[in-house]
Amino acid sequence: MNKKGLFKYKNFSVLSLIFLTACIENAPMDSLSPAGPYARQIDELFWLTFWIAVGVFFLVMGVLVFSVFYFRDMPGKPEPKQIHGNNVLELMWTIIPVLILAAIAVPTVRTIFDLAKEPEDALKIEVIGHQWWFEYKYPEYGITTANVMVIPEDTPVRLEMWSNDVLHNYWVPKLNGKRYLVPGQKTYLNLHADGADEFWAQCGEYCGLSHSKMRGRVLSLTQEDFEKWINNEKLNAEKDLPESSLAAEGQQVYLNAGCTQCHVINGVWDIQGDRIAPNLTHFANRNVFAGAALKNNKENLTKWLANPPEIKPGTFMPNLELTEKEIEALIAYLGTLK
Amino acid sequence: MTKIIEPAKRTNIFRRPSSEYGFWSWVTTVDHKKIGIMYGYAAFFFLLIGGLEALVLRIQLAQPDNSFLSAAEYNAMFTMHGTTMVFLAIMPISAAFFNYLLPLQIGARDVAFPRLNALSFWLWVAGGLFLYSTFIFGTAGAPEGGYLAEEVGWLGNAPNGGWFGYQPNAGFKYSPGTAMDYWALGLQILGISSLVSAFNFIVTIINMRTKGMRFMRMPVFTWMTFAVAFLLAFSLPIIAIALFYVTFDRQFGTTFFLVEGGGDPVLWQHLFWLFGHPEVYILILPAFGIVSEILPTFSRKPLFGYAAIVFAGFGIAFIGFGVWAHHMFASAISPVAQAGFGLSTMVIAVPTGVKIFNWLGTIWGGKLNLKTPMLFALGFIGMFVIGGLSGVTHSIVPADTQQTDTYYIVAHFHYVLFGGAMFGIFGGLYYWFPKVWGRMYNETLGQIHFWTMMIGFNLTFGPMHWLGLQGQVRRTWVYAEETNLGFWNLIVSIGAFIIALSILIFMANWIYSRRKGEKAPFDPWDARTIEWTIPSPTPVWNFSKAPEVKALDDFWHAKYDEDEEGRAVRRDTADALLLQLEEEGLNPEEEIELPNPSYFPIILASGLPFFGYAVIYKSIPLALIGAVLLLVGSFGWAIEPLEEEFTTKEEEE
Amino acid sequence: MSGGHDYPHEPTGVETRKLGMWVFLSTEILFFGTLITTFLLFKGRDFPGIKLTDVYDIPFTSISSFILLMSSLTMVLAHNALENEDQEKTRVWLLATAMLGAIFLAGQIYEFTEFYHKGFELSTNIFSSTFYVLTGFHGLHVFIGVVFLIGLWAIGQRQQGLSLDGGMNLEFIALYWHFVDIVWIVLFTVVYLI
Repeated sequence: MNKKGLFKYKNFSVLSLIFLTACIENAPMDSLSPAGPYARQIDELFWLTFWIAVGVFFLVMGVLVFSVFYFRDMPGKPEPKQIHGNNVLELMWTIIPVLILAAIAVPTVRTIFDLAKEPEDALKIEVIGHQWWFEYKYPEYGITTANVMVIPEDTPVRLEMWSNDVLHNYWVPKLNGKRYLVPGQKTYLNLHADGADEFWAQCGEYCGLSHSKMRGRVLSLTQEDFEKWINNEKLNAEKDLPESSLAAEGQQVYLNAGCTQCHVINGVWDIQGDRIAPNLTHFANRNVFAGAALKNNKENLTKWLANPPEIKPGTFMPNLELTEKEIEALIAYLGTLK
Repeated sequence: MTKIIEPAKRTNIFRRPSSEYGFWSWVTTVDHKKIGIMYGYAAFFFLLIGGLEALVLRIQLAQPDNSFLSAAEYNAMFTMHGTTMVFLAIMPISAAFFNYLLPLQIGARDVAFPRLNALSFWLWVAGGLFLYSTFIFGTAGAPEGGYLAEEVGWLGNAPNGGWFGYQPNAGFKYSPGTAMDYWALGLQILGISSLVSAFNFIVTIINMRTKGMRFMRMPVFTWMTFAVAFLLAFSLPIIAIALFYVTFDRQFGTTFFLVEGGGDPVLWQHLFWLFGHPEVYILILPAFGIVSEILPTFSRKPLFGYAAIVFAGFGIAFIGFGVWAHHMFASAISPVAQAGFGLSTMVIAVPTGVKIFNWLGTIWGGKLNLKTPMLFALGFIGMFVIGGLSGVTHSIVPADTQQTDTYYIVAHFHYVLFGGAMFGIFGGLYYWFPKVWGRMYNETLGQIHFWTMMIGFNLTFGPMHWLGLQGQVRRTWVYAEETNLGFWNLIVSIGAFIIALSILIFMANWIYSRRKGEKAPFDPWDARTIEWTIPSPTPVWNFSKAPEVKALDDFWHAKYDEDEEGRAVRRDTADALLLQLEEEGLNPEEEIELPNPSYFPIILASGLPFFGYAVIYKSIPLALIGAVLLLVGSFGWAIEPLEEEFTTKEEEE
Repeated sequence: MSGGHDYPHEPTGVETRKLGMWVFLSTEILFFGTLITTFLLFKGRDFPGIKLTDVYDIPFTSISSFILLMSSLTMVLAHNALENEDQEKTRVWLLATAMLGAIFLAGQIYEFTEFYHKGFELSTNIFSSTFYVLTGFHGLHVFIGVVFLIGLWAIGQRQQGLSLDGGMNLEFIALYWHFVDIVWIVLFTVVYLI
């Protein structure tokens, strides 16, 4: 089966499903709109199987519906012939499915191994699952970030993944299939985005109370933007803020309210050992927070800081009983973390 | 004249129960028919509860970012929905069919071990009640170190780790409280119940067949029961051990599934699915059997390819043990394992296909009588084909990594277990209704039930395929509005309520027909197998004398001959035969000894939940109560003869 | 069994209860199989802390294993005696079997206590957990066997003695007992010797 042929299948299928798409446009988690070679490979395989399945379905349903109308009992109908079976038919409907399946099996096995292969010159990113957010580390650059993974466009990316607590499952539908994050062992997944775009990610495996809010974003940037981003990420946060500014007040809240027990801001406050909360050094550059469940804006931050467990049940961030003023100052401070 | 021997009044620990009617006759019964009926009603009760849980879930998901349920409640509801439907609804409804029909289909007077059969039932009741007592006694909460904004209500104080209970999430650290202990120990009790009935059915089929009932003359339903019993017997031990580990981890500080202590969370996945995949066939094979009974009867043709269907069933059961890791394609397994399990999964499609084509061969050229059971059987084929084909798309490993853990999977297994298993079961309930109750169900209501259920079912689970491909992840309490999944979710929720409506229609039909339905003749469908040669409702003694079977579909051949063209021709003797059978069936010539009722099965069964509570609350007194019940139950049982020997002695004197 | 005088059963010629026991034992193989698999799986891995080889006493366990093996012999003798309709000898050998089983159990309890004193506890490490669950599960089987043997002996004392086709059949329990013995041989090899 050549590539072009498969593409044609797909276009046809998209047309035929247009009545379904009428109500869903721009589904950001759509696994049927691949935006990179890995996802595309899977997509082609899916449509190949899908159309074979549709063929079998219509065959079976055709026979079924025909029989119901043609063979149904009507007055005067003679008793049917008592047929007990037919060995030729039995053989046929054993062998033909075997052949069809064998035809699907060949590209399936090939794709399995293709997808598992480590691409050359790939950017390495470590993905660490936490209840309920994803942490990303770039070992080549010494960068740690959370919720938003930034990758360069048209470059293969190799994810090395593990979990810090329970099983998680990393999924960016437009870029590749899912892969578990397992405590105590490493799993790998390749991503590759065609162009600069933003993709949605979500934890696939049920991982406890706020599983539904364990989301993520993958931001693919042009090479130039990516380098800019890298260089910025390497910088520490500003420690000395203009005195008596709201942001400086906010920094005091940050340092005194207990945030530092779990969060890290490089250059301001570091902690030893396992980090159970996202690194906030470049918080303001991320468009989402709280496991990518909330857009990064003032309204959401106010809601979140007022009572985190209300938004993400089970979260390890307690309600710190901050006053409205403290929250406002804290938000101003977080806004400076670019 | 009919004479059932009165049980002797010899004293054991208790006086032998002797009531034939009323409450105690049911509690102490060892009659496979009564046990079957109790299984049926109790399982239907749990089906309703599981259905209510599903409705609650669908209300929550009807729109994005909904707050009808809290996260804790949602997680508890989907866990209990899955657990209930698998262990407390479909499995026991199948058990109801096995119990009632198996002895009738092989011409036996009861199962091999009648008291063990009662034990299975009461163990199952004990397990179900124990599991559900979590809503009263259980506790659940945030993982160690996590915070909740509000207390978990009673609805949330239930197991919340999913019916698959993946570790370590379902372990003590991440699911504190006792709810998951109720789950693990409840399933343990339910597992023992199923194991016991598996032994019983295997031995019954091997050893209790009537004269001439060779293996290759057994009805397909009996064959499928046989396959299911083997699946149970060989898959339940695995989950039982895995659940032991869970309980030890949660209660006694071991670390079988905790990485910190050298354990392995993926081991749980392997063990669970080593059981879990055969379990799928445990749920679906009974429906295969039922449909294989209904289609020939209502097509007035023999089952096409009887041997092929039987061997395909066993093929499925056998290969079913070699495909478990296809539930783990996205997990930590190697590409080689992925390829291997992908291929084995494809292989299982072949015998499944063989069955479907043979069913089509059965109706092809027949004279189809589209009564309600037949509609459900035909609906079963249609829906199961969809579920089967979406199953094939899962064997394409790379595609499965996109589909797994999404609503596409939810759609797939509901097409298999609802569109498949439940449609088959409903077909069976209508088909054997006259035999069990001696009355006919209402055909109009039956047809309405079928069509509402068909529409509701497809409206509910059809769009889920699409939702899954559009990225809706399973077991999510909320989904964001930006995902644009709201519209189809609303449709799905509406569909769920249409299913609920269809169930109400079914119940109305059942209640009405039980009381007011037309009197049923003993062979209303002009059927083929020997359970239709006895009066409706089935007399306590089943067969007045052991039937002798001369062929597959023996009853049909007694009524029909074939002409030169191979068409069925009713024998001249058929009417006389029916009259004779009716006369004989109601008036056995000999005195019939039946196994006597017993208190001990229920006593023994009631001991196990106490052990469960004892483990959870580390309470020695509770364990002692359990031990006493167990001892009284088993020793009373051991010294109590199955049938009191009183008659034979009298004869000797 | 159920059914009237004309009622046929056992077309296979195997007694129904015995067949049931065979089916039961075949699933028992899976119970122990799963446990042994887990044991072997973790045995190959690294784990911190004390190991079985640091605490065990092979001669002691060998003797208790031998005692359990002997109980199979006494079980056979009990069966033989019953075939010869010697009720008294049957009871004696039954009691002997139960006693040997009980001695084995006492040995296991002693062994476990010793291990605990040496710091090899249930939750010490993954190896100790698998060890206790595996051997404990077997011990539970022996315990149940002993209870049933004593029960059988008690029934033999009461009434008109035992018979080969009574309510609780000796043959039936003998099958179970031999199975539990064979499992121990496997366990002893896998856990202590390999």
